[in-house]
Amino acid sequence: MPRWLKRFRRRLRLRARRQGYLLRAIRSSRCLSAVADRTRSIAPRAILCLATLRNERIRLPYFLDYHRHLGIDHFLIVDNGSDDGSREWLAAQPDVSLWTTTASYRESRFGMDWINWLLFRHGTGHWCLTVDPDEFLVYPHCGSRPLRALTDWLDSSAIRSFSAMLLDMYPQGPIAAQPYAEGQDPFEIASWFDPANYTIRKNGEYGNLWIQGGPRARAFFADDPVRAPALNKIPLVRWRRHYVYVSSTHMLLPRGLNLVYDENGGEKASGVLLHAKFLSTFAEKSAEEMQRGQHYADSREYLAYHQGLQDQGDFWCPQSQRYRDWRQLEDLGLISRGNWA
Amino acid sequence: MRLGVVMLCHDNLPLAARLARLWADSGAAVAIHVDARCGAPAVAALWEGLAGTGALPVPRRSCEWGTFSLVAATLDAAQALLAAHDDLTHVITVSGSCLPLRPPAELLAWLARHPGCDFIESVNALDVGWSVGGLNEERFTLHFPFSFRRQRRLFDRYVQLQRRFGIRRRIPEGLVPHLGSQWWCLTATTLRAILADPRRGEFDRYFRYVWIPDESYFQTLVRRHSLQVESRSLTVSKFDTQGKPYVFYDDHRDLLAASHGFIARKIWPGAAGLYAHFPRPSQDPATEPDPERVEAVLEAAAIRRQLGRPGLYMQSRFPAKDRENGKTAAPYAVMYGLGDLFPGLGDWLAACAGIAAHGHLFARDEAEFADGASIGPGALSASAAIRDLDPQGFLASLIRSSPDVVGFLYSPRDRQELNWFMATDPNARLYVVTGAWMLPLLHSGMPFDDVRRMAARIQRAEIAFLDILDSVWVKGRVRRWTLADVIADPAGVLETIRLDLAPDNGPACPLPSLRDVTGLVALLRRLRNAGLRPRRMGDHRKLRALTTPPAAQTATPKGPAT
Repeated sequence: MPRWLKRFRRRLRLRARRQGYLLRAIRSSRCLSAVADRTRSIAPRAILCLATLRNERIRLPYFLDYHRHLGIDHFLIVDNGSDDGSREWLAAQPDVSLWTTTASYRESRFGMDWINWLLFRHGTGHWCLTVDPDEFLVYPHCGSRPLRALTDWLDSSAIRSFSAMLLDMYPQGPIAAQPYAEGQDPFEIASWFDPANYTIRKNGEYGNLWIQGGPRARAFFADDPVRAPALNKIPLVRWRRHYVYVSSTHMLLPRGLNLVYDENGGEKASGVLLHAKFLSTFAEKSAEEMQRGQHYADSREYLAYHQGLQDQGDFWCPQSQRYRDWRQLEDLGLISRGNWA
Repeated sequence: MRLGVVMLCHDNLPLAARLARLWADSGAAVAIHVDARCGAPAVAALWEGLAGTGALPVPRRSCEWGTFSLVAATLDAAQALLAAHDDLTHVITVSGSCLPLRPPAELLAWLARHPGCDFIESVNALDVGWSVGGLNEERFTLHFPFSFRRQRRLFDRYVQLQRRFGIRRRIPEGLVPHLGSQWWCLTATTLRAILADPRRGEFDRYFRYVWIPDESYFQTLVRRHSLQVESRSLTVSKFDTQGKPYVFYDDHRDLLAASHGFIARKIWPGAAGLYAHFPRPSQDPATEPDPERVEAVLEAAAIRRQLGRPGLYMQSRFPAKDRENGKTAAPYAVMYGLGDLFPGLGDWLAACAGIAAHGHLFARDEAEFADGASIGPGALSASAAIRDLDPQGFLASLIRSSPDVVGFLYSPRDRQELNWFMATDPNARLYVVTGAWMLPLLHSGMPFDDVRRMAARIQRAEIAFLDILDSVWVKGRVRRWTLADVIADPAGVLETIRLDLAPDNGPACPLPSLRDVTGLVALLRRLRNAGLRPRRMGDHRKLRALTTPPAAQTATPKGPAT
């Protein structure tokens, strides 16, 4: 088959897939019921943050404060049947619009249909940050420049999407040893990370990079690393109505949005999502999630952690690095300022 | 001395009003051009805020980047200023997001010390590539009727078409194309001469279809009229490869202060810290502007975006093959076959050359890090499965994360995926001993049939590797010996390696001992007789002489020992 024909076919195929995902998103809107709809207060240039969660009450105060401090103007949150007070607490926040659903997390493609719907409905024209409640965006200059400075710069550079890979953070010693208290900075406890243990492959179909590795890959998936969780993420996008997230925030369609990397040797600007999963709250959570079986690939991850963490207890190794700031991450080559001087 | 200020604004008018007032309060005459696309209420608010400053409005045009409209607006504003105030000595152009770093009075005093000087960056377009990316000389010789931003495809096509058919515009006689920053400060005399040039109509018609005329109109014409051109801009500003100016933020405060520039562009509208801090009087008002440090920072950013850090593979830098600009970050040593000959090689390398000596990093069962660690530099896992997902990234990460020079053992038994990568990497130091793979087989104690099968497989791998090393694309530094060479002079080979890797250290360390080679020739002969011709072992006679025990040699001094 000639190359142009191959490309053309791929284009048609991906378009069909994109429209399919959009349709799913629109259909899934039926299972969402608004608890607090404050979307009318979203200003024209507001930066939005979207998240799906279930029973994350203890994490929420710090999560919202951290991202408010970065410069998020409004949060759009889907609550998947929490029963620990998360819903009530979120509904009382002035800058949160909250929807709730008891539908299956798994059947909504792990929440992505709901998120795609909210993006479709409210995201157009805004910079939208899609994260989980245990993910914290760090970008170059993030101590001294607000998120608005970044999005203004991205706008002026005609960049539509910003890459921020997931960086798994872990404590030294058993993860249950230091209990996490509400409102606390989780990275006071989980302050360590793997500096260079990442494998990168290119995904030809969608044009994105598959990044795997980190502590989870070396501790739990050493024999079967293909199944290790993907760490590549593109959470910050200047949304337009025809965009969709394909699989978590790992990749989008149209595929041009996935080209967040330079192939000619240069560096584009990028950040990380610090992943505060491995805290004392994790052990209870993994037991619950294993029973629910609602997570990616039959909750294999949770199963592995549950077994692994009980035997092993610790991700820490002498090569682990303690997190300081974005400059450290840039020196290590995990993020880059690109030409954002 | 009196300064005239031409201010061009297109957004954030409240800020522009503040800056205009700042200029006006210092006694300067201000003329403001507001883009025609700005909303009426915002413009009304601007003029309201400027009531009493005497700021002159200029007929509003719709300005598009890269077109003559910007020059026309500047010309109108300059004309209005010079007509209204005949006491002006200098006119400076600023934008709505240019921030004065030093008080206007200091600028005026400084201009007074340089009487008659026109501060305008003006670089000969034919001799010097001034612009960052994009067109240079062709700005003046091609037609540009299409908008770069809105009609990009047409723009590019039309440029190609003109190139292909050799269509060229005639540059008006007497003009020598010059390029430079559009933020200049001219003496009123020069500016009047430019405005009153008898051929101005002809020049304006010509520049109407020049590409980005605001970077060439005044820069070219000043050469006709000025007596003394100081080819530099008083505005600290730099463009990136996309043609947009770098933006300054609060964290650039000290950098900007240290530049002692008079004006900086462009300031992020939200940089409240900068707007609050500047303008600020210098300790010594006579300090010369020195924008070099700022330029160095911006230059570093441009290089990072263009070339990146060598040997880095990450989420936003994933170079395609041979576009890596440095496949790895630092030199590293690959000991091919030497580990089979000298069991203690790692310790010796670590001791005498001070390098991080790993085992067989690409062994099939696991990555053998130095000291048998299960987690290597950068928290890399020793798992072979993880490593084999991305072996190139594994090696590059290892080299980037190791403080010392990396050295590792390599043999034809290991995974061979990186052979081309290492051979074409200028950082690779490959020390190759061919045929050394025989020694582990000699000592394996396996049945001969297994030995033969293994030997066939390993030898195939070795010959494939040597084919790569014999190709013309090799960029690494390769040193090659045969098995016979090393057995004949092990100390000499090790000394060569040591001098190569650490020429400054003395040869104090004890040399690692060579493995027992007795019986090697017999094994070779058996393999040959079993149909597998061993290749690249070196001079056979030398090998035979070396591997036969002295007792056997004396017993049969002449006859063939094997």
